[in-house]
Amino acid sequence: MSLEATTSQTVGPYFCIGLQRLFVDNLAGPNVSGERIEIEGRVLDADGQGVPDAMLELWQANAQGKYAHPDDTQEKTVEPGFRGYGRIPTAEDGSFRFTTIKPGRVPGPDGKLQAPHIVVSVFMRGLLRRLITRIYFPDDPANSEDFALSLAEPDRRGTLVACKLGKRDGLLEWNVVLQGPQETVFFDC
Amino acid sequence: MADLAGYRRPDPGTQPNHLHPPYVSSVKRAPSRPLVFLPHTLSEITGPLFDSSVVDVKACDLTRQHHGEPLGERIIVSGRVLDENGRPVPQTLIEVWQANAAGRYLHKVDQHDAPLDPNFTGCGHTLTDANGHYRFVTIRPGEYPWKNHYNAWRPAHIHFSLFGPAFATRLVTQMYFPCDPLLPYDPIFNCTADEKARNRLISLFDWETTVPEHALGYRFDIILSGRHVTPWEK
Repeated sequence: MSLEATTSQTVGPYFCIGLQRLFVDNLAGPNVSGERIEIEGRVLDADGQGVPDAMLELWQANAQGKYAHPDDTQEKTVEPGFRGYGRIPTAEDGSFRFTTIKPGRVPGPDGKLQAPHIVVSVFMRGLLRRLITRIYFPDDPANSEDFALSLAEPDRRGTLVACKLGKRDGLLEWNVVLQGPQETVFFDC
Repeated sequence: MADLAGYRRPDPGTQPNHLHPPYVSSVKRAPSRPLVFLPHTLSEITGPLFDSSVVDVKACDLTRQHHGEPLGERIIVSGRVLDENGRPVPQTLIEVWQANAAGRYLHKVDQHDAPLDPNFTGCGHTLTDANGHYRFVTIRPGEYPWKNHYNAWRPAHIHFSLFGPAFATRLVTQMYFPCDPLLPYDPIFNCTADEKARNRLISLFDWETTVPEHALGYRFDIILSGRHVTPWEK
């Protein structure tokens, strides 16, 4: 039996009504292990204007590189209190902010490990289907050998890597740029 | 870990392009560069799972969230969530939201000159059962104007959001109603090139789930991406 996946439609401008119940901007409770990070940024349209009605969804492994999901069969432990899920709406100026822990490395193709990353879905009015991207971490030596980063053109890979913001440890900036010279790399996935 | 089977990609034309100029908001928000093809890894074949601990069992009835009953025509929307291989998707979260019977959303951005209904919030959620079935009780949403083009009206619709078993299966869509005269004019409904794929967003009147003396039933089955068959299943 072969069916065809249902067509995607935009989340529209009023998604908060149905989706705010599961807004999560703090992914890791106080007892979750790992390096605390805070990521902030903006979603920007073709004119560089902030998008006030966008929503990001995040999915990540825990600090040991284990996903809280039965298809992750690695012999590592799922941590209670850490689902690895986030959902954040943008503010009026297109900004967003969330806190989590830096994920560990997870397996990739050919038995190689991927660099630590968070996978991201971007939804908004005007997007008929979600955009998919990833957040990587600055100065991580594993980035240079990461399989997904290597698929992006070298001069655009930087859009997938967060930057350090100020002097405070763990404070990072990462933006979603929908069009233009700094356009974020989005994946067909 | 052994090599993992990924999820199927859509057939050409069965999903919208990001840029669809008749839908004006897509012009400045759709990416201009081609997407980078990413084979599925463990990060994409896993995804957030929600169980009954995050579900309010009463949330599948949008007509019973306040003291009184909402205005409008009570309806029952039900169906099954399957994957492309025809297998039911059990225990997956469905979130829905919609306008009230007058075509007004309970949202500060919606300034349409139509009344809010103190007895209708317009949101609900549920988990599919072991066979992928779900069921909501709600009221039929109204059509409403929007500013996409001159005299633009959205056909009646209910927004659906589903996770499925993996990051790769995430779906946000809209369900429409049969014989809605606004459908041919709606750039969002018409964003998908494949007519059959488009028409699968239209629910069917369903006599079987219609409750006598109470509410009409509409059936809306939802198909999520299916997993490639692993070598040992062939």
